[in-house]
Amino acid sequence: MSQAGAFLLGDAQADRVVPPTGMTARLTLFSAAVMGFVAVCALALALATGRLADRWDDEMARTATVRISAPEAQMAAQTAAALRVLETTAGVAQARALSDAEQAALLAPWFGPDLPVEQLPIPRLIEIVETGEGMDPEGLRLRLAAEVPGAVLDDHSRWRAPLVRAAERLRLLGWVVLLLIGTAMGAMITLAANASLAANAQVISVLRLVGAQDSFIAGAFVRRFTLRALAGAATGVALGCAAILFLPRAQAEGGFLTGLGFQGWHWLWPLVIPPLAAGVAYAATRAAAQRTLKDMT
Amino acid sequence: MIELENVAYGYDGGELLTDVSLSLSAGSFHFLTGPSGSGKTTLLKLCYGALVPTAGQLRIFGKDRQDMGRDDIAMARRRIGVVHQDCQFLDHLDVSDNIALPLMVSGRDLLAEDANLRELIGWVGLRERARALPPELSGGERQRAALARALIMSPEVVLADEPTGNVDWEMSQRLMRLLIELNRMGKTILIATHDLALIRAAKTHVQARVLRIAARRLQLAGADL
Repeated sequence: MSQAGAFLLGDAQADRVVPPTGMTARLTLFSAAVMGFVAVCALALALATGRLADRWDDEMARTATVRISAPEAQMAAQTAAALRVLETTAGVAQARALSDAEQAALLAPWFGPDLPVEQLPIPRLIEIVETGEGMDPEGLRLRLAAEVPGAVLDDHSRWRAPLVRAAERLRLLGWVVLLLIGTAMGAMITLAANASLAANAQVISVLRLVGAQDSFIAGAFVRRFTLRALAGAATGVALGCAAILFLPRAQAEGGFLTGLGFQGWHWLWPLVIPPLAAGVAYAATRAAAQRTLKDMT
Repeated sequence: MIELENVAYGYDGGELLTDVSLSLSAGSFHFLTGPSGSGKTTLLKLCYGALVPTAGQLRIFGKDRQDMGRDDIAMARRRIGVVHQDCQFLDHLDVSDNIALPLMVSGRDLLAEDANLRELIGWVGLRERARALPPELSGGERQRAALARALIMSPEVVLADEPTGNVDWEMSQRLMRLLIELNRMGKTILIATHDLALIRAAKTHVQARVLRIAARRLQLAGADL
């Protein structure tokens, strides 16, 4: 920690020996800022999809539906029988038949609000909320088949699994994008550092002539690029956070697209990006400097 | 201090120096002469470790050059002041900072060394030019600044490559007087020059060995020098 502090405070003498460079400095700052901005967006995507995957996994895993398809005359009796079976099923916390109004509301997005549900042969739906331990869906299916012939249990696993898988892939993609951003930043800093070292070959030659060790020469370049990356990434992260802040707030109606920001303590995550960018710049410049100094006789 | 024993050095397969033996002992004064391209600068570079001999043995302060890493060479250069003909400086630093450069790179406290620095700048006659940037200096001022930079660490050895190459006779005499004065202080001096008149003039003030590179070999110069 004290070494990091000393590094950030710097060696005023080492800082002075390398001449200030305009274009390389501005390009490094700009690139680091862009990388910081994109990293915040990728981080927001990764965290949002992570939340979504967790929510789908959690919420849908704890709910199920029983659909009763029976002639009009037997519908009430079979619904009541199914409810009785569910009341005595371990792992079922709550089971209730949806009202006509609730079923109409479910169908409204497809058929409009004035659907005469009572005149149509629509199956009755029973909503099940499971306990924390969960129920045994196969056992329930067998009981329902025996006691309520028109009942079909849907525990959502058929369509929940691909959704959760897709969300997890998106989360993975977000992290891969972050990794690629870090790699691209390392490559960019390496190029800039190499250009700077080559442009300062005369300076390095003079420093060596007067007895400078490689660590002194490399340190002057490494500190400069590390601080530029830190400052650029911090600026990019601040702009990225501001952009995320102006995204629409999470709403149930909007679904995934309105939940693309940071929530709660996740707002702390972007703070990790500038030090990471500085770390990448430090490693990239150090490697470039050591390689160049080794090649220079 | 610096010893070469049957040293050879070549570029791209061709040999530039062959079977060179030289011992720079403490307090000695040597002139190195020879035509342009004869290998004077190469020999100086060998002496301060910038080049590695292709054959023979080179010892710098008792260490075999073959066994010295880049950091060892850097440490040795703090004990060897080098004055180049082209006087390389950092153009963004003023004269005072350029002279203090060896102190900076060795981590010395500049405040503690300030009195020495100012005395040295005065000694080489650059007090009025201390805040000037190198491109603003004349040839003679650059040579004196380079000499001051070579001396700021109180080196045991001073190697000068054509230190009077870009200056008039009066200035070259003045620079030579400075080098002779350093030798009287106990420094080991090796000056590469093709200016025979300068050598003759200097020899009236200092006991110096004059060496000549001819046909890739190092030999004592004739009686005329």
